[in-house]
Amino acid sequence: MAFGLLKYGLSRRRPVKRFLSARPELRPSYDVAIIGGGGHGLATAYYLAAKHGVRNVAVFDKGWLGGGNTGRNTAIIRSNYLTPEGVAFYEESMRLYRGLSEELDFNILYSERGHFTLAHSDAAMRTSRWRAEVNKHLGVDSEVVGREELARLVPLLNMSDEVRHPVLGALYHPPGALARHDAVAWAYAGRAQELGVEIHTETEVTGINVENGRVTGLETTRGPVACGKAMQAVAGLSGQVARLAGFTLPIRTVPLQACVSLPLKPFLDPIIVSGSLHVYISQSDRGELVMGGATDPYPRYQTSSTLDFMEGLMAHILELFPFMSDVPVLRQWAGMTDMTPDFAPVMGLTPVENYYIDSGWGTWGFKATPVCGNRMAELIATGRVPELIQSFHLDRFRDFSLMGEKGAASVGH
Amino acid sequence: MKIMPCPLNGPRNIQEFICAGPVEPHPDPSRCSDDEWAEFVWLEENLAGVVREWWCHAATSYWFIAERNTVTDEILATYPADRVFSERVDFAPLALPEPPAPPEPPKAPAPPPPAEAAADTPAGDAPSDDALPLAPKETGG
Ligand SMILES: Cc1cc2nc3c(=O)[nH]c(=O)nc-3n(C[C@H](O)[C@H](O)[C@H](O)COP(=O)(O)OP(=O)(O)OC[C@H]3O[C@@H](n4cnc5c(N)ncnc54)[C@H](O)[C@@H]3O)c2cc1C
Repeated sequence: MAFGLLKYGLSRRRPVKRFLSARPELRPSYDVAIIGGGGHGLATAYYLAAKHGVRNVAVFDKGWLGGGNTGRNTAIIRSNYLTPEGVAFYEESMRLYRGLSEELDFNILYSERGHFTLAHSDAAMRTSRWRAEVNKHLGVDSEVVGREELARLVPLLNMSDEVRHPVLGALYHPPGALARHDAVAWAYAGRAQELGVEIHTETEVTGINVENGRVTGLETTRGPVACGKAMQAVAGLSGQVARLAGFTLPIRTVPLQACVSLPLKPFLDPIIVSGSLHVYISQSDRGELVMGGATDPYPRYQTSSTLDFMEGLMAHILELFPFMSDVPVLRQWAGMTDMTPDFAPVMGLTPVENYYIDSGWGTWGFKATPVCGNRMAELIATGRVPELIQSFHLDRFRDFSLMGEKGAASVGH
Repeated sequence: MKIMPCPLNGPRNIQEFICAGPVEPHPDPSRCSDDEWAEFVWLEENLAGVVREWWCHAATSYWFIAERNTVTDEILATYPADRVFSERVDFAPLALPEPPAPPEPPKAPAPPPPAEAAADTPAGDAPSDDALPLAPKETGG
């Protein structure tokens, strides 16, 4: 890579290579059609082509590449979840993330910062200990730290008792990381395309054809295509697309908002989350403070920003970092999240044969992008549900075997 | 700030309210199948359009029904629950071996409110979803 750079620098012609090729015409049929060109859909296409040799694949997105929640999230990556199934699953994702820049030959700016989940009550301390034990048992670097150690590790954090909810300690997850979210989508798209995958942006899927209980093709705004297999990975629009295929999901569409401040000099290395205060904050490579909280209080198909959110968020952020009262907010935005009742995803088979689902990613799915792509590709290529994702099946809402991940996912994305 | 017109307390900041999900027929847990019960408890219509929901004003514990558009975030109508439910549904007697006749289906909505009340309603498209027997518009007061 270094030599390539040198050669490029010394070259007179400065060759400019287009990273993604232009959108092709639709072919009449594909082996696999993927609905949704966010990180999850693109990663699935990449692993199908790279690991399973399935290359006659098309990805459809109604908008632009990664314009959904993939391009709107706050990029927190961690594996310190609460259920053993969740921990094992997210741990595989972190392993894949660590090697991703290398594997895809594209710098996704993966940066390990350390992740603190603050506890402000005895109940929260108890959940932290519980999580730490589950985590350690499964080989995840995770431990509870008390007030003194926390004050040492995060010197600017307000440890005063003179606040509404004093900080008692935290769950500390040293490998917690951030990455450049757009780059993840572009990198998967670029490599998938090189392997023969077609990416059709500005192509909305408007119908799903099912014959004798089996998917046979899709209707799109640019015409129909036949397909052997299909998968949906459309986040906030999961319920709408599943309805096209004829089934209903345990999912509500709820907006989630976030914002960034003006860039400041680097002062906050780790990611700080408070489940009790419903806020989290990290500092991006550009110096902006990236902040967010819990989902909006009621379901909506909207990505508008509200003053209510900003006021609630700032009241709590200022309790943690009082000196930030002078820092202006630069941008505010929202995405539509697909929330499940047990804060765990819905992945795998559906009532329609050869039609697969990757949804219920709510506010926590960016960190799962590589593992979802990897395991959904395995499922589509082999027809067998990988054990790692078995417990996230849709039928758990029929036999009441829910996951109970709320304690680790409700705010800390 | 988004305002919710509460039928009891008048226009209030929407942060004072809790949204408790769609008004839908409640299956009898002692008689429906496990699948029907699971569907009622977990599956969501998650409609993009006009929905009819239970809302609660937290400070006064007052429950009422609101119709709103989930795409435009407009509140089209709010009214007391007795506009839809004429009597209390009591499941205890239904669990007995010889249950009484099932409760009456929801009563038809009451006649439209006076013109002044209707004029307070936030402007917007008329509710259009055929699946919902929509009540006439009304705001708080
Ligand atoms: C503000 C915010 C902060 C977040 N923070 C974090 C975080 O810190 N860490 C974390 O792990 N997760 C976080 N998340 C969650 C995460 O962003 C998502 O779970 C994840 O990005 C989902 O990826 P996806 O590829 O499944 O969906 P998306 O990226 O949303 O992609 C779905 C795509 O489907 C397309 N689509 C929809 N309907 C159709 C159709 N009918 N036809 C064709 N295309 C269609 C859309 O245009 C969209 O591009 C956050 C989310 C938000 C909104």
